[in-house]
Amino acid sequence: MQDAKNLAGYRKQCRESLDNDFLRTALDTFAVAYRTSRANAFAEFDIQALIDEVAVMKDDVLTRLDELYEQFKAVSEAAGVKVHLARDAAEANEIIVRIAQETGSRKLLKTKSMTAEETLLSHALEEHGLEVVESDLGEWIIQLRHEGPSHMVMPAIHLSRYQVRDLFTEVTGAQQEGDIEKLVKVARRELRQKFVEADMAVTGANFAVAQTGTIGTVTNEGNARLCTTLPRVHVALFGIDKLVPTIGDALKILRVLPRNATGQQITSYITWVTGANECAASPDGKKEIHFVVLDNGRRELAKDPLFSQVFRCVRCGACANVCPVYRLVGGHKMGHIYIGAIGLILTYFFHGRDKARNLVQNCINCEACKDICAGGIDLPRLIKAVHARIQDEEGHPLPSLLLGQVLKNRKLFHTLLRTAKWAQKPVAGGDGFMRHLPMVFFKSHDFKSLPTIAEKPFRDLWPKIKPEVANPRHRVGLFSGCVQDFVYPEQMVAAVELFADHGVAMSFPMQQSCCGLPVQMMGEMKASREVALQNISAFAGTDVDYIVTLCASCASHLKHNYPELLKDDPSLNEKVQAFTAKVIDLSSFVHDVLQVTPDDFDGDGRITTYHAPCHLCRGLGVHEAPRNLMRSAGLDYREAFEEEVCCGFGGTYSAKFPELSEQLLKRKLDHVEATGADLLLTDCPGCVMQLRGGLRKRGSSVEVQHTVEALTARRIKKS
Amino acid sequence: MSSSQVPQQQQSVLERFVDKARLAAAQVSNVADIEAAIEYTLDLCGSRGACRIKVSGCDEPLSDSAEGLCLAKEEKIIAAPTLPAETYDLLSSRSRESGFSCIDSGLRSQLAGVDIGFTFADLGIAETGTIVLNCPNEELRLATMICEYHVCVVPTSRIVADAFVAEEQLLRYMGHGPNYTAFITGPSRTADIERVLAIGVHGPLELHLLLLED
Ligand code: SF4
Ligand code: SF4
Repeated sequence: MQDAKNLAGYRKQCRESLDNDFLRTALDTFAVAYRTSRANAFAEFDIQALIDEVAVMKDDVLTRLDELYEQFKAVSEAAGVKVHLARDAAEANEIIVRIAQETGSRKLLKTKSMTAEETLLSHALEEHGLEVVESDLGEWIIQLRHEGPSHMVMPAIHLSRYQVRDLFTEVTGAQQEGDIEKLVKVARRELRQKFVEADMAVTGANFAVAQTGTIGTVTNEGNARLCTTLPRVHVALFGIDKLVPTIGDALKILRVLPRNATGQQITSYITWVTGANECAASPDGKKEIHFVVLDNGRRELAKDPLFSQVFRCVRCGACANVCPVYRLVGGHKMGHIYIGAIGLILTYFFHGRDKARNLVQNCINCEACKDICAGGIDLPRLIKAVHARIQDEEGHPLPSLLLGQVLKNRKLFHTLLRTAKWAQKPVAGGDGFMRHLPMVFFKSHDFKSLPTIAEKPFRDLWPKIKPEVANPRHRVGLFSGCVQDFVYPEQMVAAVELFADHGVAMSFPMQQSCCGLPVQMMGEMKASREVALQNISAFAGTDVDYIVTLCASCASHLKHNYPELLKDDPSLNEKVQAFTAKVIDLSSFVHDVLQVTPDDFDGDGRITTYHAPCHLCRGLGVHEAPRNLMRSAGLDYREAFEEEVCCGFGGTYSAKFPELSEQLLKRKLDHVEATGADLLLTDCPGCVMQLRGGLRKRGSSVEVQHTVEALTARRIKKS
Repeated sequence: MSSSQVPQQQQSVLERFVDKARLAAAQVSNVADIEAAIEYTLDLCGSRGACRIKVSGCDEPLSDSAEGLCLAKEEKIIAAPTLPAETYDLLSSRSRESGFSCIDSGLRSQLAGVDIGFTFADLGIAETGTIVLNCPNEELRLATMICEYHVCVVPTSRIVADAFVAEEQLLRYMGHGPNYTAFITGPSRTADIERVLAIGVHGPLELHLLLLED
């Protein structure tokens, strides 16, 4: 649950989570184990093909929700079930309370259901004097502790066995031991008694099959089976998005869901309930069954061209498992009811702006969630879009607006950057807007030293260093991005030297500006769009085969976000397509296009490790190129643990959540130092800044370079 | 497909079923015939549980109301609803000889737990080592839920490569009014406390699959 009043309050809550060592260790251990078990569970499959199947099926469902609902209702009712459509949470709860009252039910059992959490069903039932017991072990534990779940499939992951022991000691009135096997058996016996007594059970559903009127639940413990069998009344509450056309479609989800959730091939039980089943506890020998189908804004949202994809979500929870921020702060800080990346988005739609406002800013845009999502949802994009929407609704905060204004005006932006060289401190001072400009303007943080503006930006150096290349093999346009232009021009210079040696003719269009990602991260979509247009026009006049950038974030933003930003204007399509098709990152260009070999280098065997920028490994899907290049250049490359996990930079994120950024950086540097390397390479100037600053601050002797610097320094010169 | 390929393919589906079922912590054995399956079951019933009135959890410190349930059970029970009469008679008489009680109904009065649930699988799914039970019959359902050990005979002819192959069959179960179909893979499990895998939270502690060539 999210109850922070403002961003400062939310940050404070996050800081408190950071102090919870048990939580962090538990989430870390799980995150690491999860990677392996998921890979094993999918070993025999083409994961992407399975995910695409789910996405295509779900997208089709959304176009005919009402039709499928009618079919589902007709078939289920013919089999003796009563189907209700609830407009919103309150109505769903009313319906269920009424069913309890009309059937004379007093003791209720629940199974785990995110939808019931969404409507706060238990509160409503208890307000009407009904006894509600959660029958899922984890849910029972958190119910007894009066907490909400901290993960969608592992609700009590934030608790230790000792906390459970103390809780059970209190509940049973008998002293318990901290032995997990035994605690589980205690729960088995205590809850069995509840099954015997219950009049009514409320379950969720993972699928509702229109073809047969069947609901399917995916569980491990067996409580859902008892709940759907013993009590004489069964109510299933689920979102209308759980409808699928056929059994085969449900099976498609089933193939992905448990594997993606916890790396299980399948859960212990899949329970398929169709119609009013046999029930000896009912007077007529038939169970009374109600399906309560929740709308709560879903039917409207299903029509939204961008956000409708949230309904591809199968609630596997994987987007939390891999989220570096979730690993630090846990579920209670990473969602209101729904948790993880999807939680940041759904909180806005199901629980409103107030709950979502702060949460939605706590995403570092590392794309780990998008990479793992069982429904192929572009989660980071939607998170940013929710952020932008909230700003559009409430008015944009001044810093964000001003940054947008500044970036739209390239000359002003560049002048400010040049001025910053003289000031070397926040231009507007204090907490003014300038610290939200690309990193150079940020007030320095304790955990890392920030760099200074270069003596001369790359754009001033270019006319003097531009090489003449006779009979070029390739023609390349250089896109520097603001950090390499104004902070690390030497990285650009290194690239120019290397390229010239390999017969690459280069141009550097002076009208280019910041790629626009920083403003997009702040929810300034309009400014982001304008900057995109400026950059596309800047390159429109150049006759090049490739547009090379040394910044992985720029590359992935130019390539993947520009078409999205500009797709509303079809007249631009061709121009945008021509631009994005040429964009390539440094390592891929050198590796795939120039195809350098060990013969091009004079290696020195320096022990080297690597940090994979999020926007390189996940944003662009580049994994091998930089690693092969290090080996070709004769470096002794040692892989670091969690090399593809975010370093905590995230552009403007590290200014908003410095404590979290610091923790991510700390881990990263621990892993780097553990390799014994004294050279650390990466493919993004933002990461260079973060890593260098952090290492300097901790007095480490590890040197950080852009990959291109290490390559150029070891090349066998041809010119 | 040439005829010589058929048995080989069938073989690999079967092997996969066994591998995957074991991966999910099911115990898999071959039995020659029904009698052998029954002997297996009686052995299991006799060898498990130190005290005949104890079911799992009864050794633990419990609240008074939960304790009460432990005392409700007086003898070892094998529950085997919906078996063919012949098979049930055999199981029942062999159980009596071994000193166990055998029931095929009245499961609701045994909610403290029965020792063994004895069933036949309608389908086996090799991809995940899953058994499918078409069980609209409430007694049958309960037998698989409240038993400590679930013993299920799986006719090998019923094993298919994956659930999609069985889609038509599933549609026959679910497509005609009230039905309850269960996919069961391994024992009941939870990882809700510290992500540590623990077996037998609400359902059986063990799942024994007896492969019967038919
Ligand atoms: S992009 Fe990264 S930080 Fe943001 S929600 Fe996804 S995994 Fe978490
Ligand atoms: S958004 Fe994707 S990864 Fe997250 S719970 Fe839903 S399906 Fe799973």
